[in-house]
Amino acid sequence: MFDGYTTSELMSIFAMQGFAGLSLFSVFVLMALGLAIIFGQMGVINMAHGEFMILGAYTTYLTSGFFQAYLPSLFGGYFFIAMIMAFLICAALGAFVEWAMIRRLYKRPLDTLLATWGLSLILQQAYRSIFGPREVGVELPEWMMGAIQVTDMVELPINGLFVMIIALLIALGLYLLMYRSGWGKKVRAVVQNRPMAEAVGINSGAVDRMTFALGCGIAGIAGSAFTMIGSTGPSSGQAYIVDTFLVVVFGGAQSLIGTIVSAFAISQAQSTMEFFLSGSMAKVLTLLVVVGILMLRPEGLMALKIRR
Amino acid sequence: MKTPSAIQWFKSREGIYYVLLALLLVVVLPLTLDPFRLSMAGKYLTYAFVAIGLVMCWGKAGILSLGQGIFFGLGGYCMAMFLKLEASTPEATSIQSTPGIPDFMDWNQLTELPWFWQPFHSFTFTLLAIIGVPVLLALIIGFTMFTRRVGGVYFSIMTQAVAAILTILIIGQQGYTGGVNGITDLRTLMGWDIRTDSAKMTLYFICVALLFACLFAARMVQERKLGRILVAMNAQETRVRFSGYDVAAFKIFVFCLAAAFAGIGGAMFTLIVGFMSPSFVGIVASIEMVIFCALGGRLSILGAVYGALLVNAAKSGLSESFPEIWPFAMGALFIGVVMAFPNGLAGLYQTYVQPLENRIFKRKPVEAESDSAMAKVQKVSAEENEGFDSSIDNYSTEKS
Repeated sequence: MFDGYTTSELMSIFAMQGFAGLSLFSVFVLMALGLAIIFGQMGVINMAHGEFMILGAYTTYLTSGFFQAYLPSLFGGYFFIAMIMAFLICAALGAFVEWAMIRRLYKRPLDTLLATWGLSLILQQAYRSIFGPREVGVELPEWMMGAIQVTDMVELPINGLFVMIIALLIALGLYLLMYRSGWGKKVRAVVQNRPMAEAVGINSGAVDRMTFALGCGIAGIAGSAFTMIGSTGPSSGQAYIVDTFLVVVFGGAQSLIGTIVSAFAISQAQSTMEFFLSGSMAKVLTLLVVVGILMLRPEGLMALKIRR
Repeated sequence: MKTPSAIQWFKSREGIYYVLLALLLVVVLPLTLDPFRLSMAGKYLTYAFVAIGLVMCWGKAGILSLGQGIFFGLGGYCMAMFLKLEASTPEATSIQSTPGIPDFMDWNQLTELPWFWQPFHSFTFTLLAIIGVPVLLALIIGFTMFTRRVGGVYFSIMTQAVAAILTILIIGQQGYTGGVNGITDLRTLMGWDIRTDSAKMTLYFICVALLFACLFAARMVQERKLGRILVAMNAQETRVRFSGYDVAAFKIFVFCLAAAFAGIGGAMFTLIVGFMSPSFVGIVASIEMVIFCALGGRLSILGAVYGALLVNAAKSGLSESFPEIWPFAMGALFIGVVMAFPNGLAGLYQTYVQPLENRIFKRKPVEAESDSAMAKVQKVSAEENEGFDSSIDNYSTEKS
């Protein structure tokens, strides 16, 4: 597939497609971080994760509408408010879902998968009834439009760059929370040995609820960021869910760094191959390679060693 | 349990359930439904094949495949390829720039039949492929996953990924597969028009006959030692492994069995509905198939048939009149089945109807009833899992 290109041409193609892949990377990272917390730390498969993301996107959409109507002077900064709102709303719904549904199913992981799938169907139809089946987009504030010229061939759109910075900041924040805070210590203790963690006085039920809510909240931020680079429809979340699961599993379920590395690898591979092949074949090849590697190395790229 | 003679078996309670199902499918439905509705019922029954496979795979052995649509679709596509080739004679396609190849290939500027379409001129090859291709793929997936002890949710995600890959591939390779429209406009099977009312009636009965063949095959597996090992493996995989059984081999077997059933179901689907498209292969379709099995009762092969019929009938009934309500109902069904009655209709029947039956017929509770015995095993293992030591034990079975 590289026939007919000189080396320098290839290099600039790779650079170009690499930058194009970065916005896909940002969405993957944000989606996958939330999922990795829930799946990696709790062993729960949340099939409704995409719908939590879309909830964040719709929250952003509503907030932008609100600012346009009532506070047009502050419109430039609405996005930060929207992100906090999206986080809080999704986290609240997540905590409720954990309380009502998930905590009864911890011993049956396969059943959580089916139950959350049911939840995702309900949420999708709810979005469709409330917001209509058409995709909606938000208006970007002035400062987010345009692009930065890096070299004469490569230019970076500001909104894409902004989303990527958010993704990296959240990843960093999450790292600090998980590995440098007392709460993170509790979460990791529960993951590694639940009975012992309970024995030393950690309330594992509360830790589970917080973890689930945090994961869902990050999905909300992902949705909020998603509106900056694309439009939102009731079933946009479903399109990403399998890819994101693969990102999480490929990275090694318990490893945050692994998640970021695998999100980078998958998004870059896909966007680079898209230049040479049709979009669908690029996706097929990427997924095939990932599935193939996972068949040979089921524990993923960077597996945390835990006692089994 | 002693194997009773055939007549004794039909008089036993389990036999009566089978006879009742046969009466419903062979007598009641054909007499009460018009040909169009009967053909719809036939379409629902093709999903029952998948559901029976899922009972064996998920209910008994604890392997939740979210990619049964792959095998359903492969079986269906094999059949559709044969029918399409038969429909694309040079005479029928003389207006194309290349006569004699399927119409969608001509639209996509293909000038000759691709190599993997060639063998589908032969009906014998097609019949073999309907079972062979799904089983081969299941064998590859099963072998790589189960020998590396990938199980639980990891397996589900991987099967889902394979379903996604296959769907994107089919949609993307329009010239070879018919793309998102699928393979349509199928007319005859070996010169026999499958679109007439009488043909649809015949196909319905063929479908019922095949369904019973699959039911008996599944029953044979579940009544043997093989079936017991599958259930034991679900409850305590490590203990079965330490007892000297090759756990992976049993898992591969049951996964392939489910794939074969799904392939047969897919082929019948193509015949009854008259086309095949990627929407029956993908992730959404595959997860929906799980609910057929879950509603009927994940431990009961007969329940799976009722589950497939009921969910699909409700789906077409509700989405015809209230398309907005259906996704809510489906979502509630998923949550309800999992949270409130994990053993589905069969479980409810055993708890509420069977005691009544026992009182009316003055029979002793049938201990050898396989389904209730299975349910008991599951219950015991669930109780055991409450304990500390087996929760550690579970960590090793849930190995990534």
